[in-house]
Amino acid sequence: MSDIKLAFVVQRPQYKGETSRLAITHAIAYQTVEILLEDGQTVTPKLCFIGEGVLGLQKGQNAMDLYGITSTESHMKNALLVDLDVLVCKEDLAKYGIPEAAMPSAEEMGADKSIQIVPFTEIQKAVEEAKHVLFF
Amino acid sequence: MGNLTIGCYPGLVGSMTYDFALKLADAAATKGHKVSIWFSGNATGSVKANQKHLKDYSTGEKYLKALLEKGVEICTCEACTVARGVKKDEGIPGIQWNAMHWYLAKIYSADRVLLIGGE
Repeated sequence: MSDIKLAFVVQRPQYKGETSRLAITHAIAYQTVEILLEDGQTVTPKLCFIGEGVLGLQKGQNAMDLYGITSTESHMKNALLVDLDVLVCKEDLAKYGIPEAAMPSAEEMGADKSIQIVPFTEIQKAVEEAKHVLFF
Repeated sequence: MGNLTIGCYPGLVGSMTYDFALKLADAAATKGHKVSIWFSGNATGSVKANQKHLKDYSTGEKYLKALLEKGVEICTCEACTVARGVKKDEGIPGIQWNAMHWYLAKIYSADRVLLIGGE
């Protein structure tokens, strides 16, 4: 058994570029990576949103209705559904005046995990525990 | 020797970031390191074959073929690529097409990972 911990640190808003959105889908891909690894080998990402990366995470998005594409909110819910740890920086939410209650939840879809709004020190800890850090 | 995995996201045209990623991969491979490159986002447009190398624009094909010959593994995100209208049979031979878990699998065994972000 060997697990590699990763920290996906998203520091740019999803609506300004594709790469930061891809952080979410790449992290979700941890669920199927086992088909390319040996038995017992796993990859465990933590998805961390900091700085401007906390912008555009709010619930109530209508990207599918207006643009015909999956919203960031929907991606976030999918991440929670596959049991990803999703950390959002508490200080940065406060800095931009975003209420913590505005963060989406996938509870109604049956997700066991919720978005964790944490002080930056917790995100720093996730970064320190990771073997590789990927900045999006 | 080390094992380097590069995630490359920028488009071929628009900045020199893509060029830098390939130069870096070449330098690492030349030193004997094992290198793998994952293309995602706008970088996936660069896997189309028959690129014309105009002097005013960066080109991917010439350098990608050279990297493949050096043993560098290159894979493009299939979803990102087809979303840009590039079909598999139009791609540069030797470049793999796969899903995002390919990148995570390479990261698993990598000593170092570089994510070169794009737009």
